[in-house]
Amino acid sequence: MALLSKKSKKAITDPLSTNNPITLQVLGICSALAVTVKMDTAVVMTLAVVAVLSISNTLIALLRNFIPTKVRIIVQLSVIASLVILTDQVLKAYMYDISKQLSVFVGLIITNCIVMGRAEAFAMQNTPGKSFLDGLGNGLGYGGILIAVSFFREILGSGTLYGFQIIPDAAYSAGYENMGLMVLSPGAFVILGLIVWVHRISANIEEE
Amino acid sequence: MRSNTYTLVFTSIITIILGFFLSLAASSLKDIQDLNVENDMKKNILLSLGFEQNEDSPWTSDEIQKLFDKNIEGIVLNASGQKTSKDPKDIDTVKDLEFLPIYIKKENGTIGGYAIPIAGKGLWSTLYGYFAVEPDGRTVKGITFYKHGETPGLGGEIEKDWFQKNFIGKQFVNEKNELLGIQIIKGKVQSDDKEAYHKVDGISGATMTGKGLEYFLKDDLSKYEPFFKQIRGEHG
Repeated sequence: MALLSKKSKKAITDPLSTNNPITLQVLGICSALAVTVKMDTAVVMTLAVVAVLSISNTLIALLRNFIPTKVRIIVQLSVIASLVILTDQVLKAYMYDISKQLSVFVGLIITNCIVMGRAEAFAMQNTPGKSFLDGLGNGLGYGGILIAVSFFREILGSGTLYGFQIIPDAAYSAGYENMGLMVLSPGAFVILGLIVWVHRISANIEEE
Repeated sequence: MRSNTYTLVFTSIITIILGFFLSLAASSLKDIQDLNVENDMKKNILLSLGFEQNEDSPWTSDEIQKLFDKNIEGIVLNASGQKTSKDPKDIDTVKDLEFLPIYIKKENGTIGGYAIPIAGKGLWSTLYGYFAVEPDGRTVKGITFYKHGETPGLGGEIEKDWFQKNFIGKQFVNEKNELLGIQIIKGKVQSDDKEAYHKVDGISGATMTGKGLEYFLKDDLSKYEPFFKQIRGEHG
């Protein structure tokens, strides 16, 4: 017997590739540009979004038959907002320096279209188990792109990976310089654009 | 369609449950968060006074405590620059305007510098930081910021090394001992400028943040001026 049914598996693998929230649905771009200067912030942001997204999807799915239709958006929003504040509090307590670097962006997970998008489009119609997997998949799909962007930005912009120096000192003394553009937001646009392009070609997706 | 009563009851229950969990989290995590904030403050005082941490292995909170307790003495001045018996911990820099906390770096019994808290409006937000002065009472030893909400990449550059290193070695008084503050100019300071000793390079795209900083820095320095005047007097 397979560990996951075909449909459940689809819920988690689709957003990783063929239905990636960033490269295909083009959601959550704002934070993808903001927190990808260094890999450590991108990784923490990924964990935060994965946590918020999978828990919020599960909770909304649990409540889906009880939520009155006319106030469903506000109920989704309050569940998501509470989770985001909780995440922010935990980061402030246990990862103070990184939470300072992420500053407002943890709070802005509330406005990340992926989270409410999944709550409204998936969790309101599906079981908690499937919704959890869908949240996990979308969070990881989002985070995968975030980490990929930050990988290129950090190595090109700062010559480091996860804080460790990668480009040897010898290269710097031979005249190599870090690419200042990569540290600034426009660098993220360029990298993200290239990733979207490569991903769409490799996944063989055509615009309808 | 469900009745209005159901909707009201449902939303109230949800609100109460969520509110309960949030306040539970906020109150149970408060102590450790406060400790983080205190350590961050101490770290910034240490950094402004020229202590350097290894980039690869930043100070742990114990190391910060130890370094701080060993090297730094915090005292409180009154408005005329005299030492009072108060502890800096009890001073709320926003409310207690007549009391001025100051942190003194002690090196084997001699004074290595003074750090004062600075705070004021940038463009979008209030900036908080420390400004450190050499023992001569006129030269800048360092500046740090530990809290601000300026735009990353523009005003946010105030927390970067290149901007903060700018300040080191500048003087905030002229030869006649008149307080000038530090001017943050547009572009780079020209080396042939006779006034270069109290000017630093601005941040392009963040003129207003610089203006705000320049203004509140001078304002904060003027409060401590009675104290630094004495220090300068002692140094001749």
